[in-house]
Amino acid sequence: MNINKTLENGKLTFILDGRLDSTTAPRLQDVLIPAFNEGGEVGLDFAQLAYLSSAGLRVLLMALKTAKTKGASMSISGVSQEIMEVFEMTGFSEMLTFT
Amino acid sequence: MEELFIEAKLENIETVLNFVNARIENCPPRIKTQIGIVVDEILSNISHYAYHPAVGFVVVRISLDSEITIEFEDSGIAYDPISAKDPDITLSAEERDIGGLGLFMVKNLMDSVEYRRDGDYNVFTVKKRVR
Repeated sequence: MNINKTLENGKLTFILDGRLDSTTAPRLQDVLIPAFNEGGEVGLDFAQLAYLSSAGLRVLLMALKTAKTKGASMSISGVSQEIMEVFEMTGFSEMLTFT
Repeated sequence: MEELFIEAKLENIETVLNFVNARIENCPPRIKTQIGIVVDEILSNISHYAYHPAVGFVVVRISLDSEITIEFEDSGIAYDPISAKDPDITLSAEERDIGGLGLFMVKNLMDSVEYRRDGDYNVFTVKKRVR
């Protein structure tokens, strides 16, 4: 998985390309969690993401909890139908914000 | 049935994925996605828990006819993944603990899952209809 980062009008977005699974999720965790220290909104662009497994969900949950304690927020864009099915199956669709 | 014999560790999941994907190349993309998730969940479980803290082997067998059948065999500690309690997916982010989601996804994404303890081996079989 590749992780690219853009900063647009003060909003930081991580663009993920590939698979977010047990091998790659720790790399997302390393860059995403510290990003909430600034407060504000952090975006995730999933348009090029093939799929995510529970290791990816674990990082998203950790990110939601971190955002809450830091007074920041997180939103996800470009979610494919297959990935949305995973979010719905696991109840994550209720917790996440989609743009 | 074709098989792959490999050390159960996270670094090898990609090799297992490639082995599996090469054999289901002509299946619908949605099914390939689901199989990718399932392989990641099962292999990461075996890598983390079956032989901990040592490293052991896993045998991955696959066959394809009207359904994809994948069998995962390890000689680690006896563990029945089907008996794992399903997580409460209605809890909020604050109340949530991530445990159990992986196997919950495996059970939901596949048409059937089966576990048997065969002597010193755990054999976990998942099936997905392709037509």
